[in-house]
Amino acid sequence: MRRPRSGARRFLLYAVLCVCAAATLLPFLWLVRSALMKDGQIFKSPPEWLPSPFAWHNFGGALTAQPFGRYFLNTLTLELAIVPGVLFVGSISAFAFARLRWRGRNTVFAVLLSALMLPYAVTLVPTFIGWQYAGLVGTYVPLSLPAWLGAGQIGSIFLLRQFFLSIPRELDDAAYVDGARPWTVYWRIVLPLSRPALLVVGIFTFIGVWNDFLNPLIYLADAKRYTLSLGLAMFQGSYSAQWGYLMAASTIVILPIIVLFFLAQRHILEGITLTGLKG
Amino acid sequence: MTALATRSSRPDGRRRPRARHAVGGLARMERRWGIGLALPVVVGFVLFTVGPMIASFVISLTDWTIGGKVRWVGFGNYRAMFGSDDLFSKSLGVTLYYTLLAVPLGLAIAFGASLLLNRDVRGRGLFRVLFYLPVLVPSVASAVLWTWVYNPDFGLLNQLLRAAHLPTSQWIYSDTMAIPSLAIMSAWGFGNATVIFLAGLQGVPRHLYEAIDVDGGGAWAKFRYITVPMMTPTIFYNLVMGLIATFQVFNEAYLMTSGGPDNATLFYNYYLWRTAFSDGRLGYASALAWVLFLIVVVATALVFRSARRWVYYETGDGR
Repeated sequence: MRRPRSGARRFLLYAVLCVCAAATLLPFLWLVRSALMKDGQIFKSPPEWLPSPFAWHNFGGALTAQPFGRYFLNTLTLELAIVPGVLFVGSISAFAFARLRWRGRNTVFAVLLSALMLPYAVTLVPTFIGWQYAGLVGTYVPLSLPAWLGAGQIGSIFLLRQFFLSIPRELDDAAYVDGARPWTVYWRIVLPLSRPALLVVGIFTFIGVWNDFLNPLIYLADAKRYTLSLGLAMFQGSYSAQWGYLMAASTIVILPIIVLFFLAQRHILEGITLTGLKG
Repeated sequence: MTALATRSSRPDGRRRPRARHAVGGLARMERRWGIGLALPVVVGFVLFTVGPMIASFVISLTDWTIGGKVRWVGFGNYRAMFGSDDLFSKSLGVTLYYTLLAVPLGLAIAFGASLLLNRDVRGRGLFRVLFYLPVLVPSVASAVLWTWVYNPDFGLLNQLLRAAHLPTSQWIYSDTMAIPSLAIMSAWGFGNATVIFLAGLQGVPRHLYEAIDVDGGGAWAKFRYITVPMMTPTIFYNLVMGLIATFQVFNEAYLMTSGGPDNATLFYNYYLWRTAFSDGRLGYASALAWVLFLIVVVATALVFRSARRWVYYETGDGR
């Protein structure tokens, strides 16, 4: 944190930052502006920025053209089926890798970590064939069950492990001297001290499920089971030139995540820092 | 499970008031519980990573097509891939080109922004939040939004360019501009790397900069000899994350360009997906997957090898 010396340099600093911020925000403004305009105004050139009148009908139109309310409930169902699983399996395995001493644990962890580099495309086809043989394509099982076995969740396990490593080992030892079992240490000591990390993993998983497109695309066929992301993609397919509708629908999909972010902003930014440093 | 260990009696023959673990018993208990609690993840890894990879290899030696008979073709799929499949080399080239544009662009913007924010800036928290917002936009919504931004007639970019009397572009609808357009779109999400860079910058010890002051060095010397070397681990981390992300690109190709125009955005994953789920050629798609796997292994090895030469670690042991 160094203080720029002259006023001119200071001005330049803020100018560049504001340009960056403007470039970041411009697409959002374009989104909201288009969502609130009637078609006649959307297509005006040069572009207008203030909707007049405010056309809320795009939202109503998008919501009746496709059942986004239903997609919303589907997405929440999926969240409920996945987030607790990731928290549970992530925390017990992170506990095993960070706080229990057993031979080979670092090797096992390194092997698991290597999966982080693996593109999902590599396992895509056989996994699909497997679920097809199990007769479960079209259900939520292929989307949720793997999370309960930590598949695709190595990042979460890594983050929790990092956090668990920072808790003083003496706490565990004291409990073991008193005759505690590892389960008690996990449940009574490590978990209560790790609320911030669990919150971060929960939020990241929530966002990941919300944003997932490829898996729902491959495993969900029945429109009644679509998630918000998949529903929006299908909506784009059938209303490709209705920009007012499309922008309204996109806003509906984006808004809950933005609200969640503002509620948990501090935790999310800390969580990124936690995963990103000192591997 | 640990009854024997906990009941071990003391030399004086008296039992302790509460069950305690002898040293060996504790080690055994930790081992049992450690393996037990790690088991679900290991099972998941075998079931959803190792298993599918082996299956993928076996399937890649067949001509399995959905609805057809399965025949063993040995390495025929691989020979076809390298011999006669222009789309295979095209999709590799597209992915590589995108990587070479998107990763450095994103890193440069993110690093620059974090350097600015690391100064004594009022409202740093606000800027950090603003820069992070695009990262949160679900990729489908992002694709829909950017398709509209890149719309040649009424999109944001061409409207702005026209208002400024600058030449416009066909963006994602032009075979030369499509990949650069998608790289710009991905740079919009620079905020994630910015947050990580910023945390790294705040961890650079102040006294190193003071040493440069003592030696009479200027801002450039501080940047070149302190900031950059101290930040190499963070740069490396963001580089690896960026590379992983570019190997995963699918949604943009599926939702925005359908791989076009003229296969200009035929990303490897999109080509693989199309081969498997549109054409139903599971055997060939599995061969594509295995080649991708080998490419990733080699690329990872190269990146980590190069890291030894330019990434600075205080402890010196690479971790």
